[in-house]
Amino acid sequence: MSLKIDEQGFYGEFGGAYIPEMLYPNVEELKESYLKIIHSDEFQKEFQALLKDYVGRPTPLYLAERLSEHYSAEIWLKREDLCHTGAHKVNNTIGQILLAERLGKKRIIAETGAGQHGVATATACALKGLECIVYMGEKDIARQAPNVSRMRMLGAEVRPAMSGSRTLKDATNEAIRDWINNPTDTHYIIGSVVGPHPYPDLVARLQAVISEEIKAQLDGNPTHIMACVGGGSNAIGAFYHFLDDEDVELIGLEAAGHGINTDKSAATMALGTPGVLHASMTLVMQTLDGQVTEPHSVSAGLDYPGVGPWHAHLHKEGRVRYESVTDQEALDAVLLLSRKEGIIPALETAHAFAHLEKMDLKPTDRIVINLSGRGDKDLSTYIEFLDV
Amino acid sequence: MKKLKEILISKPNGLLNIYCTAGYPNLNDLPTIVNSLHEAGADMIEIGMPYSDPIADGPTIQESNGVALGNGISIEKIFEQLELCKPKIPKILMGYINPVMQFGLEKFCSRCEETGIDGLILPDLPIEIYESKYKALFEKHRLSNIFLITPQTALERIQKIDNLSSTFIYAVSSASTTGKGNGLAAANDYLEGLKSLPIDHPILVGFNISKPEDLALVHKHANGGIIGSAFIKYLKDKPEVGQASKDFVDYITNSAPVS
Repeated sequence: MSLKIDEQGFYGEFGGAYIPEMLYPNVEELKESYLKIIHSDEFQKEFQALLKDYVGRPTPLYLAERLSEHYSAEIWLKREDLCHTGAHKVNNTIGQILLAERLGKKRIIAETGAGQHGVATATACALKGLECIVYMGEKDIARQAPNVSRMRMLGAEVRPAMSGSRTLKDATNEAIRDWINNPTDTHYIIGSVVGPHPYPDLVARLQAVISEEIKAQLDGNPTHIMACVGGGSNAIGAFYHFLDDEDVELIGLEAAGHGINTDKSAATMALGTPGVLHASMTLVMQTLDGQVTEPHSVSAGLDYPGVGPWHAHLHKEGRVRYESVTDQEALDAVLLLSRKEGIIPALETAHAFAHLEKMDLKPTDRIVINLSGRGDKDLSTYIEFLDV
Repeated sequence: MKKLKEILISKPNGLLNIYCTAGYPNLNDLPTIVNSLHEAGADMIEIGMPYSDPIADGPTIQESNGVALGNGISIEKIFEQLELCKPKIPKILMGYINPVMQFGLEKFCSRCEETGIDGLILPDLPIEIYESKYKALFEKHRLSNIFLITPQTALERIQKIDNLSSTFIYAVSSASTTGKGNGLAAANDYLEGLKSLPIDHPILVGFNISKPEDLALVHKHANGGIIGSAFIKYLKDKPEVGQASKDFVDYITNSAPVS
């Protein structure tokens, strides 16, 4: 079976657009125009210029020598943490803001978990002078306070999502509801490869620059590429141009929370079953009755009971291996990377590094880890859990 | 779908459809509410199957879904309770596609037929997926799939929906989630245009109907009205749901003062 999307917006059995009729005109408009717009010379000219001069691309691919020595393997870090705003999320929001502009939209909405996508959206809106409303779970507002302040400084309104688990899932519900209620002037900038078609494809294409650069920067293919997976946008970005290269092992790391055998986990690949969440058929953590369960991860950006439909398909087809990492293993990896390389990673990103502990590494292994974001936003969590 | 078709023919105007959330306010209230609403004059009842993530619903119905799930409602229990509702009442199940999928589509349709369900409203099942994967099965079990149209739905698409419809079309008065309570003033032009739409099926209007004058306005321009959030709000904290259901129908049809 093909690894790629079909004309109806499905990746195998996953994907599609399970949207209420109220969203049809918006989603249809996007579906009909997104490829035309993002492939146009005029769009590409502005997009590439902003990626270079505003975001700071290409981001370096850095050989982490002390970490390599520690694990006795060659470890390269794709430095998305050096992007403007501190994470890969901005690749997508800059692309989508240019798309929204060309669709004539005046008002931007977004959901955010850790706040990185919210900050990246607020940044893009400030850049273009567009109104910005970010939905964020009440619980995440408390644990990601610096990003809330950042969004407000950038002129965005942060609206708390008070329903359900008060985290990313509920922030996404509220953003979808806002879009239903504002059917003509609003563009919804989804932050990950989730949601109805064409979002998973749109966001994947905008993040694909990560693997495009890795290909150009590394002499020959790596043996492994690893990235953390919540919805899965940084992972898709890092895997995109390597999907057909069978010599490269692709590994996605999910948040096991307290462990996949506990009721406090967010490891959708391990615990989910096929179902519809946020208008997409994908793997979902749910009860036998089809009620979505409340996930847990110490990292707000991975605290999500679903996963992008493309990942669900890559998992089913066996092209990408998905493993999980506990809260504690991720926290340990934060300290190790900080002290070996002088880089404090985001808690989400640390899940990818934690997996190094469990691998049977050889000196000939050449591993690229997508360092998707920096850890400034997580300082209060680090102070609480790491005794620093 | 026989009962639903019959009422649409025998009463072409002034129809009243009231929505209730199964399992709300108490786990086993459904039969009392359905029977009482019908006795008081509601022509058909729309029964909501609670879901953890109702994206097309506003706070009132979200809250009722949460309470009902906390009470322990499930699709299986809803079917058990439907057996206690009077069989002659036209009944529609409303809900999101995920719990239906997990219940099992074949089994769901069979149980609907056995328990006298006439139609389904599944807001997150778009017409394209309905046509390719669901239509044949729903037809086999004589279930009418009821589609939504909005003020933003293009005429060509309305006609496509009309062709796929077998009972009535659900027109939402504004593109919004349920229970916004904006009133119908802004929707007047849209409502006025409904009768001249070149379609075959009757139209029932829902969203933003909370007062007797709203229902009267909708009855002027369409075949009927659908009321959800206003009834759910009304039910909250009422000690006796049967009486409350009757009182609400009396109120909304303007035959009794508000209590």
